Amino acid sequence: MMTYNLMREFADSWGLLAMALFFVGCIAFALRPGGKTQANEAAQIPLKDD
Amino acid sequence: MKFGTEIVLLGLFAFAAFVAAGFGVDEPFRQHMWVLFLVLLGFTAILLRNSNFKPAAPIDPSAYMDGPIRYGTIATVFWGVVGMSVGVVIALQLAYPQLNIQPWFNFGRLRPVHTSGVVFAFGGNALLCTSLYVVQRTCRARLFGGNLAWFVFWGYQLFIVMAATGYLLGITESREYAEPEWYVDIWLTIVWVAYLILFLGTILKRKEPHIYVANWFYLSFIITVAMLHVVNNLSMPASFLGSKSYSAFSGVQDALIQWWYGHNAVGFFLTAGFLGMMYYFVPKQANRPVYSYRLSIIHFWALIFLYIWAGPHHLHYTALPDWAQTLGMVFSIMLWMPSWGGMINGLMTLSGAWDKIRTDPIIRMMVAAIAFYGMSTFEGPMMSIKTVNSLSHYTDWTIGHVHSGALGWVGMITFGAIYYMVPKLWNRERLYSLRLVTWHFWLATLGIVVYAAVMWVSGIMQGLMWREYDEQGFLVYSFAESVAAMHPYYVMRAAGGAMYLAGTLIMAWNVTMTIRGHQRQEQPMSGAAPALQPAE
Repeated sequence: MMTYNLMREFADSWGLLAMALFFVGCIAFALRPGGKTQANEAAQIPLKDD
Repeated sequence: MKFGTEIVLLGLFAFAAFVAAGFGVDEPFRQHMWVLFLVLLGFTAILLRNSNFKPAAPIDPSAYMDGPIRYGTIATVFWGVVGMSVGVVIALQLAYPQLNIQPWFNFGRLRPVHTSGVVFAFGGNALLCTSLYVVQRTCRARLFGGNLAWFVFWGYQLFIVMAATGYLLGITESREYAEPEWYVDIWLTIVWVAYLILFLGTILKRKEPHIYVANWFYLSFIITVAMLHVVNNLSMPASFLGSKSYSAFSGVQDALIQWWYGHNAVGFFLTAGFLGMMYYFVPKQANRPVYSYRLSIIHFWALIFLYIWAGPHHLHYTALPDWAQTLGMVFSIMLWMPSWGGMINGLMTLSGAWDKIRTDPIIRMMVAAIAFYGMSTFEGPMMSIKTVNSLSHYTDWTIGHVHSGALGWVGMITFGAIYYMVPKLWNRERLYSLRLVTWHFWLATLGIVVYAAVMWVSGIMQGLMWREYDEQGFLVYSFAESVAAMHPYYVMRAAGGAMYLAGTLIMAWNVTMTIRGHQRQEQPMSGAAPALQPAE
């Protein structure tokens, strides 16, 4: 039971915060200035050869 | 090729299966080990007959390894026909109970053969072969690990055969989509880890600096399925020579673990993996880059973060705590956004080339797949709302929903990918027949529409009959009356499924003829832009 409480409290606090921050960070990174050029290049990868 | 090590190992495993068939503690286990023994023995014999001692041709390390992908494509078509045929059979068994042939071919044993057959055998082989096709071409690297890909392919087929024969023999863990017993689960774990090493190893040796988004989806599918499979199948065998095991969890925890697995099998096996397929084959077939690469990244992470929480919506109004049910419902509704992000991205890839829907039946198939993805990911969140769920749960509406996703999204995107890959893999100029693709498209689409519409009507009717009270508070209908009322819908559903199966058979014919190098003499597809006439 103690293990459950401990893990539950961690999941509700720091775990939640870390995942939320990671998620926001991913979106911010995708939308960063200059990201569009790199994204457009990446989108061409499958079309470059067979 | 000499297969020395393989033959020795296979012979040893066949002997072990033989011993287990003799010493097994229960009858189904002994029968299952006989099956395993005969399969391994047969495979050993095939390898022995195919051994030759000529020096092997040197392998070009820069060429892609397409052998396992060719086998995987054929396996996809083969298992698709098998799994869908069993589906039509069990649909008819529901309509006509006399078709239940005891004990091996009754509905209870055939149903998991159908679900695993289409999800893991058809869908799994499709994911396996397309992921290996895509990862090589977007990383510009040959598959990692030499013959590892062959091990993964044949190991996975062995898993399918053992799972399916086990169901027919009555061996089951009774966990939906995870029915195989402990020893088959262990084998799948080994194969899956090899698959992960194969895929990740190829990504690590890539020559393209950026990892294309399709590979992200495939990789998330492989990793998550590994995690789900291992946790959901934590169990203790009653005997190491028996077919019975007991789950490590109990009660509602066990149920929640099962649906955490079950829903993420939908989320990561049937969604993420097939989105990977969409992100490669739609741009290739349309010859246009994906509409928004940044949207694909954002909806990837949103999908990953949200899907994993949606499982509790399978346990509304059960012993699961209310907060967990509500959590599952809320995350399911939020999932609508990343799902539609993916749908919009796939559809808009065609923006500026919409005429291809008219002129290219393969694109039409892919677009229909994406449209069905959008429809079923709208329906799913709606059904996860508790008040809707109180009507829809345990009824045929759920079955209709699953099939609009499975036949519409998973099936159609797979067909599109197969039609794209087959001429490339076998170096054919084109498919045997594009007109047959059109036939396949319409049979499949009409089959799904019939299937889903019939299941809506029958499911809502069933739900309303179950909850109908008279003014004194008594239930109006007995359960058997609701069953009897569904007979006409069951017949119509079987007809819808049969149409879909007919389309798949046409594909099997088309693919076979393409592989054999034939081209059908036929009128080219109409609707292409007419050639310009000189002015006179």
